[in-house]
Amino acid sequence: MLNALKATLAVSAAAMALAASTAQAGTLDDVKARGQLICGSNPSLLGFGVPDDQGKWTGFDVDYCRAIAAAVLGDANKVKFVPLSAKERFTALQSSTIDVLARNSTWTMSRDTQLGLTFAGVNYYDGQGFLVPKKLGVKSAMELKGATVCVQSGTTTELNLADFFKANKMDYKVVAFEKNEEVLKAYQEGRCDVYSTDQSGLYAERLGFTNPDEHIVLPEIISKEPLGPVVRQNDAQWFNIVKWVSYSLIVAEEFGVTSANVDDMRKSTNPEIQRMLSAKVTGSDGKDADNYFGKGMGLGPDWAYSAIKQVGNYGEIFERNVGQKTKLKIARGKNALWSNGGLQYAPPIR
Amino acid sequence: MSETPITPTSNTASGGSWFYNARLRGFVSQAVVLGLLAWSLYAIVSNTQINLQRLNQNFGFDFLNKAANFDILSSLISYSSSSNYGRALLVGFWNTLLVSVSGILLATLIGFVGGVMRLSKNAVVSGAAAIYVDFVRSVPLLLQIFMWYALVLKPLPGPRQAFNFFNCIFISNRGIIAPRPEFGEGAIWALALLIVALIASYFLHNYAKQKQALTGERIPAGWLSLAMIVALPAVGLFLAGWPLSWDFPSLTGFNFSGGMTLIPEFLALLLALSVYTGTFITEIVRAGIQSVNKGQTEASQALGLESGQALRLVVIPQALRVIIPPLANQYLNLTKNSTLAIAIGFPDLVATGGTILNQSGKAIEIVMIWMVVYLSLSLGTSAFMNWYNSRMKLVTR
Repeated sequence: MLNALKATLAVSAAAMALAASTAQAGTLDDVKARGQLICGSNPSLLGFGVPDDQGKWTGFDVDYCRAIAAAVLGDANKVKFVPLSAKERFTALQSSTIDVLARNSTWTMSRDTQLGLTFAGVNYYDGQGFLVPKKLGVKSAMELKGATVCVQSGTTTELNLADFFKANKMDYKVVAFEKNEEVLKAYQEGRCDVYSTDQSGLYAERLGFTNPDEHIVLPEIISKEPLGPVVRQNDAQWFNIVKWVSYSLIVAEEFGVTSANVDDMRKSTNPEIQRMLSAKVTGSDGKDADNYFGKGMGLGPDWAYSAIKQVGNYGEIFERNVGQKTKLKIARGKNALWSNGGLQYAPPIR
Repeated sequence: MSETPITPTSNTASGGSWFYNARLRGFVSQAVVLGLLAWSLYAIVSNTQINLQRLNQNFGFDFLNKAANFDILSSLISYSSSSNYGRALLVGFWNTLLVSVSGILLATLIGFVGGVMRLSKNAVVSGAAAIYVDFVRSVPLLLQIFMWYALVLKPLPGPRQAFNFFNCIFISNRGIIAPRPEFGEGAIWALALLIVALIASYFLHNYAKQKQALTGERIPAGWLSLAMIVALPAVGLFLAGWPLSWDFPSLTGFNFSGGMTLIPEFLALLLALSVYTGTFITEIVRAGIQSVNKGQTEASQALGLESGQALRLVVIPQALRVIIPPLANQYLNLTKNSTLAIAIGFPDLVATGGTILNQSGKAIEIVMIWMVVYLSLSLGTSAFMNWYNSRMKLVTR
């Protein structure tokens, strides 16, 4: 009897030891083994992330996921998009449900340092604004004393709002919903006087209203909202991949490399373009086959080439999803290249 | 002579394996189950630890002291964005409790009325109750919450065009806004007298019961108590120099300021929860009443009781014994269903906790708090219903 008990305990102990020593593979290996990138996305923000009626995802953030998939797997379509609410997004990334989060998420210190996550750069400089019905006759955010504001819960929007009204000594009421759809419905039904989110979001959502012209975006921007893709903190290689794929899109715009001319650009004599596109490696001589940029992060020589070829450079992504030719008509503004007076700036590929 | 169980220990001696020893077999199987349980517990804890470590996270409840920095729509306790996370959770807890308790009261009322209606001889009345039950309980609760929310919001005007009742009560899509009583110094006397009135009515009821049992004479105890409960505090207020003022709501700019507000989110959630749960309680009440032998009704009629009296004095007390245990289930369901509040922005425990989870990243801690709170609420409700059930049990003399 005692022996049986001992045996049981021994088996249990062995199993425990096994469970405790589960090895952790890198995200890159996981993605490669799976043959698919799993990307956390916004399911309902026109211009940034939204599936159409055929289930095909489009948007600014969606294109970032496609670019990463193109760089890692060589195919921009090998992405599975996981729709996430603002509240679910960070937990989904922490628990490895997704490989990367590209869901118009604001880079803040607490998110960067306390959640076990890291922001891999800024792909869109945004700021929080207010949308009000015209008939209220409000011209400035400073006139919003006593207003009821609809926001999405678990966002920086909610926090900035509290700060803004506190700093300006105005009282207000906040109605916070988990899903953006509910926020919009409540605002349109008159539950709130004001709808607040990132200004890009205000313009995007207003388009979906029955009478977009009856609502105005107030001029004030009450916060800095640098949006960008997010990865887990413990995987430096994956962090580098997401960061440098993003940078390569900016570098590509800076040097005039587009999805249309990227093949020709491989023959360019500009050394930075050559380094980005690994021109020498895949060129005729093939000498430096093991000495290309991108190898250091475990990617093939075509990493930037595939991303640019299949998705386009930063400017192309911007114009396609939110630019002047789209319904959103958002100007480049702060998101212009640094050389054009904007904030989009990439470290050199060297 | 008592039978002793046959012990197969002799089998082991005759070369049979330990497998045939019932005691040993029982011991081993229990040890295995216990071992597996301990192992899975260990696996969960250590796996969590490893993963938290990997993410540079630590486990602990210190974060509850950090400033919340977000505002909450409605709160029973004082709260501002500079309060801490713990306070925000407490706000959510009280909101959950508020909507659950009011929902339970309202659902019980609806259920009892519905159950009695269902058994009415009047075809229209019983048909209406049957339609209510069959339709409402077949539609998912979440849809009903959305429907009530739309019903509460859609037809109501904005605050500037609010329905105005004598400049006192305003109804708009911001909710029902009514004057708020403000008690000054001396109001404590009114409170003291209210308590006196309540105690007095309790004794009055007992006395009335006794008197009726002894002499058959009836005292209108209900009316007398009501008069006391209204009059005594009023007298107290009068003697203290009327230290009561009203904070009237007024329209300033966008919204009403002052007064007290019943927000539409609360109304919608309360209506949805109680109307939905009311269907189940209706069926429970119907079954309970039907479980009482028809002879009881006939006997009370023979004694000259009116049908309402027969129901109230004879049938329902007996039916309660059948009704209470499943009723407890419905109360638990209602409390747990109140977490759907999040869909319409009512800041209950899950909604505020979710926001905190997102802002602080403390997923495991928040989920643990949720589980502990809902478990305690459920166990508390069960304990209360068990106590009530044992009180209502058939008393054998």
